[in-house]
Amino acid sequence: MLSFSIAALFYIAFFILAYGLVVKILQYKNTPAPLKIPTMPAPTTQAGVVFRMSKEVVFFESLFKSSKITWLFGWLFHFGLFLDMLRHLRYFIDPVWFWVVIIQPFGKYGSILMLVGLAGLLARRIVVDRVRYISAPSDHLILVLLLCITTTGMAMSFYLGADVISVKSFFVGLLTFNIQNIPADLVLISHLVMVAFLMIIFPYSKLLHAPGLFFSPSRNQVDNAREKRHLAKWAQELEKTN
Amino acid sequence: MADSKFDTPQLREYPIIPKLKKGVMSHSKPFIAKEPHQEPLGFPGELVDDWENVAIKKMADLQGKYRSLQVYLDSCVKCGACTDKCHYYVGTTDPKNMPVARQDLYRKVYRRYFTFAGKYFPKLVGATDLTKEVLDDWYSYFHQCSQCRRCSVYCPYGIDTAEISMAAREVMDTIGVGQKYCNEIISKVHKIGNNLGLPGPALEDTLEGLEEDVEDETGVAVKYPLDVKGAEVLLVTPSADFFAEPHVDGLIGYGKVFHEAGISWTVSSHASEAANFGMFIGSYDNMRKLAVRIREAALELGVKRIVFGECGHAWRVAYSFLNTLAGPWDFLDPKYPVPQHICEVTYNLIQENKLRFDKSLNDDMVLTYHDSCNVARASRMGDSAGGQFLIPREIIKATCNNFYDMSSDTIKEGTFCCGGGGGLLTDDLMELRVKGALPRMEALRRVVEEKGVTHMAAICAICKSQFSKVFPYYDFTMDQIVSVHQLVSNAIILTGQNDENDEENHPQEDIDEAA
Ligand code: SF4
Ligand code: SF4
Repeated sequence: MLSFSIAALFYIAFFILAYGLVVKILQYKNTPAPLKIPTMPAPTTQAGVVFRMSKEVVFFESLFKSSKITWLFGWLFHFGLFLDMLRHLRYFIDPVWFWVVIIQPFGKYGSILMLVGLAGLLARRIVVDRVRYISAPSDHLILVLLLCITTTGMAMSFYLGADVISVKSFFVGLLTFNIQNIPADLVLISHLVMVAFLMIIFPYSKLLHAPGLFFSPSRNQVDNAREKRHLAKWAQELEKTN
Repeated sequence: MADSKFDTPQLREYPIIPKLKKGVMSHSKPFIAKEPHQEPLGFPGELVDDWENVAIKKMADLQGKYRSLQVYLDSCVKCGACTDKCHYYVGTTDPKNMPVARQDLYRKVYRRYFTFAGKYFPKLVGATDLTKEVLDDWYSYFHQCSQCRRCSVYCPYGIDTAEISMAAREVMDTIGVGQKYCNEIISKVHKIGNNLGLPGPALEDTLEGLEEDVEDETGVAVKYPLDVKGAEVLLVTPSADFFAEPHVDGLIGYGKVFHEAGISWTVSSHASEAANFGMFIGSYDNMRKLAVRIREAALELGVKRIVFGECGHAWRVAYSFLNTLAGPWDFLDPKYPVPQHICEVTYNLIQENKLRFDKSLNDDMVLTYHDSCNVARASRMGDSAGGQFLIPREIIKATCNNFYDMSSDTIKEGTFCCGGGGGLLTDDLMELRVKGALPRMEALRRVVEEKGVTHMAAICAICKSQFSKVFPYYDFTMDQIVSVHQLVSNAIILTGQNDENDEENHPQEDIDEAA
């Protein structure tokens, strides 16, 4: 019964995540950007834009310019999260790829980075009057949710241990629609339920910043307004009327 | 409200981030546009019945038209990195002047009507209905944003509050709550061709007056032509250049440059305005109609090039939008970018050694340079990224012996707005303008004390007007703001000018060495 519920939860969560993201990404893609508005100085070539975006995605360049503390905690969290997600690949892939094996220990320490980053971000949200002012309850709760996911995960990998073999067969089973038993371990189940919840809220919350960054016209446009005429469909219509 | 008493902020020695004080600027509101200023722009003359629904419909319309708006509304993570980046926050300490808080005035309505979380859990995500109080806040705080884009530079997703302000202003216009200053000006341009409503004959008088002054002073017959068919260049310049100080000294400079380079040029009475206030109110339609006047003038006069005078937001519309709004420009000479900035023209001529200067003629000044926000962060000059920073500085250095930059976090893409941009340059917003100028005044004060700077040069009509007005509040004098082409005008040596023989006594080499 438990295995079945968790399996159903993950199918639903995955569906909502995928559907929600596709809808949003299509919306961003199909909404025209009628004017050239890159924040200058901006690259004058497409290759330059790729370089600019890579620096934003990998190093959070703009955030580094604006607030070193936020950058530090934000970057630690995201980098830790990235390592940890790679580490978690081992639950879905059989046999486990070589490089996933190599990064296992780093993935483990990734969780420490996440913890430090999240704690710092939460503290900043509470302590700095400006950030407190702009925070809605959901801004705090998302951090709390991530903290709970991180700590339950850490509890299992550092202290309690988990029946990784069963967990793996459960998730590999999910991929092949062949539902296996999940260990009835309270920490594990709460970890999983929270992750599923995070997947569900992703496309309906500020977590949309992940796809949003790639569609931000102030960052992804080429500075070539004088050389190339840039005209949106609806703006073209205006030209016909007068 | 123009006369409301307020205290000029103290210049601080070490700019630290101020503590927030809620609501201290909620009283700041520009005069509302009346029917005669609304109708010519296609907006209702007063608040329409059922305004909430009309506004929500307009919001939906804009979200479908502008990717920027849609993406920015969704993507903010409330990281707070932008909170201390706005000069209006620094100067007023009102939390709603933090860029993200300003966006949130719009975002909380967006969330309520357009997102799942906001529809079903409004308290949780800070979503609210569009009420009269919210509308009042919009009117107040979206007219405390100069659309300077400083916040966008520092946001990890490039979220540009200017885009949100423009959308909010357009929504407000659509329900009949327009701002008098902007809309009155736009209706003047639609009717007459420039912001000041200067008709052709008045322009002609002014330009003739300039010709006389320059000839009296130099002995050279520099022309300031109006509506001359077949001229090579159509000069489109902010109308303030025709009469305001120090703007007009810049215009004199453009004329001298064209004269010396042998480029024929003309102003057009049909398109006698570079500034495009359509951008300030976020109205693509109005912006386009104003831009099309320039196309019509260029065709009518049969020019080969279009050059813009010194104006910040105008240069944004010109550089970034003109091709979109009124292009294609295939009937102009393809050898030149369309449009060009007067600084690009002058800079190129300097590079080609076609202009001669006596820098010592500017020796009574020690200069610094104010990067105008929309030139710095919304446009470019020259062939490569950052030309907008390099070119004006190179012109100043070619014409002056004494130049020092202000501290690095307050120039180039980090520059602070003058405090009067984005449609806020009106007396009914004087308190906001004075307070918003604080970060720039502090940076200026530092170079004044450390380097002995006496004057600040700028290439924007709004900056020049704003600084002449707010300088006295900070114990500077009005005339400490100068046009870049005023420096050019002072130092340029015109062929055949009165004192050209004296020039033998200090040949160019010496002058350059002295630099
Ligand atoms: S910097 Fe950008 S993401 Fe961060 S609070 Fe400001 S607008 Fe939002
Ligand atoms: S665009 Fe400029 S004035 Fe407007 S919120 Fe951003 S920093 Fe402030």
